[in-house]
Amino acid sequence: MLNCFLAILRRDLLLSWRGRADLLVTLAFFVIVVCLFPFGVGAEPNQLRAIAPGVLWVAALLASLLALHRLFAQDHADGTLEQLLLSSEPAVLWVLAKIAAFWLTTGLPLVLAAPLLALLFDLEQGALPVLTLSLALGTPILALLGAVGAALTLGVRGGGMLLALLVLPLYVPVLIFGAGAVDAQLAGTGAAAHLLLLGGGLAAALALAPWACAAALRIAME
Amino acid sequence: MTTLMISPNRAAGRAPSGWLRFAAPQQFYPLAGRLAPWFAALAAVLTLIGLYIGFFLAPTDFQQGEVYRVIFIHVPAAWMSMLIYLAMAFWSALGLVLNTRLSFIMSQALAPTGAMFCFVALWTGALWGKPTWGTYWVWDARLTSQLLLLFLYFGFIALTRVIEDPRRADRAGAIVALVGAVNVPIIYFSVQWWNTLHQGASVSLTKAPSMAGIMLAGMLVMALAAWMYSIAVALWRVRALILERERHTEWVGEVLQIEAAGARGGR
Repeated sequence: MLNCFLAILRRDLLLSWRGRADLLVTLAFFVIVVCLFPFGVGAEPNQLRAIAPGVLWVAALLASLLALHRLFAQDHADGTLEQLLLSSEPAVLWVLAKIAAFWLTTGLPLVLAAPLLALLFDLEQGALPVLTLSLALGTPILALLGAVGAALTLGVRGGGMLLALLVLPLYVPVLIFGAGAVDAQLAGTGAAAHLLLLGGGLAAALALAPWACAAALRIAME
Repeated sequence: MTTLMISPNRAAGRAPSGWLRFAAPQQFYPLAGRLAPWFAALAAVLTLIGLYIGFFLAPTDFQQGEVYRVIFIHVPAAWMSMLIYLAMAFWSALGLVLNTRLSFIMSQALAPTGAMFCFVALWTGALWGKPTWGTYWVWDARLTSQLLLLFLYFGFIALTRVIEDPRRADRAGAIVALVGAVNVPIIYFSVQWWNTLHQGASVSLTKAPSMAGIMLAGMLVMALAAWMYSIAVALWRVRALILERERHTEWVGEVLQIEAAGARGGR
C-alpha cells in the first residue's frame, strides 16, 4: 500500500522535475499577479497593507487553478491513467499520491514565496508566519478540491474554463478563512480560530476528496 | 428493502410492480404528463391567493412601508433555490447508489429551476435593498452565499450540458451536485463567521422584525406555490429529457404518434 503511494509520488515528482518550466510558470504567474495589484489600485502604503492578505490569497488561488488541468491530462493522454485504474491497487491511494505530488510542486512554492511577496506590501512582521501557515493549510485543500474538478472535466471540450466555473465557488470558504486568518492577526483578535477551521477543512477534504476524485476518474475513463 | 427484492420479476422480463415501476422512464413519462398539469394548476391558484394576501390583505409595514412586499416573492425564491440544490444532491446520490437513470434525469430537470429561483432571489433582493438599505448590493453573508449558489448551479448545468455521453454527464453531474451540497452549509456558516470578525455588515435578514400573522401566511402560501411550480416545471422537463434520451426506442415513437393524433383530434 505504502509502496504504491510512494512509487506514484516519486514518479510524479520526478516527472514535474523533468519539466520544471511548467512549475516556474505557476510561480511566475503568482508573482506577477501580486505585483500587478499596486499598479491597479494605486501604491498608497496603507491601502496596500490593507489589501495584502486578500491579494496574496486570491493570487495563490488563481495560480493553483492555472496548474490544475495538468494534474491528470498527461496521464490521460498517454494511457497511464487507464492502466492505473485497471491495476489492483486502490485508486484512492494513488489519486492521493498524485495530489500530494501536485501540491508539493505547485502549492508549496506558493507557500514559500508568499512571505517574500508580503514584504513588498509592507505587511507587518507578525502577520507573516500566520500568512505562511494559512497558505500551508489552505493550498492542500485547493489541490484536493481542484483534483475532483480536474477529474470531472478530463478530456471535455472547453474543460479549462469549465474547471474554473466548477472549482472557484468551492474555493471560496478556503479563501475566506485563509485571508481572514491574516486579517484577524492584524486586527489583534488572533488567528487561531481561522487556522483551526482551515485545519478542519483540510482534514475533511483529505478524507472525502480522494474518493470523489477516484469516482470522477472512473466516470471519465468509462 | 422489500420493494427492492423483486429481482425475480425483472429476471423474468416483467416490469417491477408497485410504485417502483415508475423508476423506468417509460413508465414515468405518462405519469409525469398526468401529474404536471395538476401541480401547475395548484401553483397558479396558490400564487393568486398568495399575491392577493400579500398585496391587498397584508398591512403596510411600519418600518419599511410598502417596499417590504417584495418579501412574498423574495423569500420563497430564496428557500426554493437552496432546497432544490439539496433535492438535486438527493437524486444524484440515489442515482449513484441505485444506478437508476431517472434519478439523474430528475436532478438535471431541477437544476434550471433552481438557478432561476436563485437569480430571482438575488434580483428581488437587490431591488429591495436599494430603497431600504440604500444600496443594491452589499458583501453580506447571505447575499454572497446566494451568489455562490448561483455559480454552483451554473457549474452543474454547464458540466452536464458539455459532456456528450449521457451516462458520463449523469455521473459527473451527480458528483458535482454532491460535492457542492457539502459546500452549501460551509459557505453559509463560513461567511457568517467571516462577518462577525469583520465589522458587521449593516444588513442581516435574520434580524427581520417579527412578522404579522397575515404576512407570514402570505409568505407561506407563496412558498407553497413555488413548490408546486417547481414540481410542475421539473416534471415537464423530465418528460422532455426522457424523450430526448429514449428517442431511439420504439415506445417513444408510439407515444409521439399518439400525442400528435391527440393534438389533431383536439383541434
